[in-house]
Amino acid sequence: MDLALIFLRRLSHAVLLVLAVLVLNFLLIHLAPGDPADVIAGEMGGATEEMLAEIRELYGLNKPVIVQLGIYLGRAVQGDLGQSFFYNAPVSELILGRIGPTILLVTAALSFAIFVGTFLGVLASYKPKGFLSGFVTLFAVIGYSAPIFWTGLMLVIVFAWLIPVFPIAGMYDVTLDNGPVGRVLDILHHLILPALTLGIVYIAQYARLTRASMLEILGSDYIRTARAKGVSGPKIYGYHALRNAIIPIVTIAGLQFGSIVSGAVLVETVFSWPGLGTLAFDSILARDYPTVLGILFFSAVLVIVANLITDIVYRFVDPRIRTGG
Amino acid sequence: MAPLLSVKNLLVEFKTRAGIAKVLNNVSLDVHSGEILGVVGESGCGKSMTALSIMGLVPSPPGNVAGGTIELNGEDLLSASNKRLHQMRGKEISMIFQEPMTSLNPVFKVGHQIAEAILLHEKTTKSLAWERSVKMLDRVGIPEAAIRANSYPHEMSGGMRQRVMIAIALACNPKLLIADEPTTALDVTVQAQIFDLLRELQRETGTAIIMITHDMGAISELADRVAVMYAGHIIETGDTKDILSKPQHPYTRGLIACVPHLEENPSEERPYLAEIPGVVPPLTDLGKGCTFAPRCDFRTDDCTGSQPSLSKISDQHSVSCFNLNTVAS
Repeated sequence: MDLALIFLRRLSHAVLLVLAVLVLNFLLIHLAPGDPADVIAGEMGGATEEMLAEIRELYGLNKPVIVQLGIYLGRAVQGDLGQSFFYNAPVSELILGRIGPTILLVTAALSFAIFVGTFLGVLASYKPKGFLSGFVTLFAVIGYSAPIFWTGLMLVIVFAWLIPVFPIAGMYDVTLDNGPVGRVLDILHHLILPALTLGIVYIAQYARLTRASMLEILGSDYIRTARAKGVSGPKIYGYHALRNAIIPIVTIAGLQFGSIVSGAVLVETVFSWPGLGTLAFDSILARDYPTVLGILFFSAVLVIVANLITDIVYRFVDPRIRTGG
Repeated sequence: MAPLLSVKNLLVEFKTRAGIAKVLNNVSLDVHSGEILGVVGESGCGKSMTALSIMGLVPSPPGNVAGGTIELNGEDLLSASNKRLHQMRGKEISMIFQEPMTSLNPVFKVGHQIAEAILLHEKTTKSLAWERSVKMLDRVGIPEAAIRANSYPHEMSGGMRQRVMIAIALACNPKLLIADEPTTALDVTVQAQIFDLLRELQRETGTAIIMITHDMGAISELADRVAVMYAGHIIETGDTKDILSKPQHPYTRGLIACVPHLEENPSEERPYLAEIPGVVPPLTDLGKGCTFAPRCDFRTDDCTGSQPSLSKISDQHSVSCFNLNTVAS
């Protein structure tokens, strides 16, 4: 089937999905206890009943939920996600200012995990009972089990305090002024620890997955054919087998994008990374409904876009899917 | 004339939970340039393992070549370096396999898979190698070869894929082609086409072929000579004509009797569907006697004492059996 057609079909599914996410998130957040008017009044230093009613009137909080939903959806489709109670700024502006660092962090962590994980997995498949293979398995178990904020704190203790080679927090050094190249390098320097923290769980998973699929593939008939043609060892591993082993990796990476985005909330909080995660954390504490909803909406869009990209990439790595439609 | 391939006293063992399985026992065979040697026997008799040993592809562990020699044009393959083996595989010896459905890499175009073999062994450019792979596809009878070269394996039928395998194997004009049951997984009509193709290509190129099969019909049509294997031993070898018309070993006779026929009157000796009673003994526990003795109608006390050696009964015909005279009468 034509790639453009598939893309359009997936895109229409995606739009419906985004709408559903909007409605569901809106209803969910209104089921949760707590009244934003209380928080706003608290910030103002206390208020009377009348003032509270005024605040509710101002933000439309006194209308029935279903009406609020209608208004919200009507504005959302026009690109207006409302006004933040807490920051007193348009939500879309707040988010757009923060989404860049999050995308940077998440893609860095994911690419890092995919490259390092796949590499370790291929090495481990070379000697399935060897030392490295055992190490990868052990690393995977630890990676799965360790909570992300703990890993983050440990990395901070080791690489920012005991051996201070990386900055402890933030995304750039504000005191530094050394041109665009210096800026990029500075951001990369700040990126390493958070990306490592976020990626470490996935490195382990990809390494295990790669090892398992490599071992299966290495025993297959077409690898025997390659050997019979005279293909040498490294090329069997790095080309004939790996080219097939990346197919499940792409699938899993696409599926895990969502959980990496949610992991980013924790990592950003630990490392004060100025992304959506810290914004989400702060606005949940402040019961800033519009901002929370906006962030949920944007993360849903991120995940949907990631899945769309996976779908397309999948067609390139596996020719059997290309014709399957 | 010195043989192209000479296998002598080959011993291959596999470590299994039940003990050491002696997969090949003193297997010796010669293949001369340009001839087709048929290797027959039932499943598990060591046919494929003989082929993999020659290719140097015995899975190890658990497999292990424990003794013997394999020489191609006088060069010892068992002591050859890995580098040398990589050079020889695909260039001097090629192999095609039983399962065309799974023997091609699913993520590469078939043209690419043929061109790869050419690029590995010859100094040429990618585009020239691609042109040659299109020519090869055409030669193995794939219509619209230039277009089909861009196909992926899953877009082809089993017969087509086996043709591609043959194209890969013959791309560098090897001296020896090992065909390990190349038609087992294919429809009967396609089987005949593949056999015809192999014979035609063999005549054109003069490549020697080791044809592994359990299809006596294919043997009678294709092979110049035949080696019959049983439980890791070669038990009879000779010209195809001799083996088929004057089989000496009780097992060979049984195998030939097993070919179903549709003559008017089935008899006691020649029923429609014959079988050899019993099963192949476990390779981990062969005992010291003739491996076929437990299933043999002509068994005597000699047979359980030791394995008979392969001895000549005429210039070309050798058999390993103690009781040739009783069997013949």
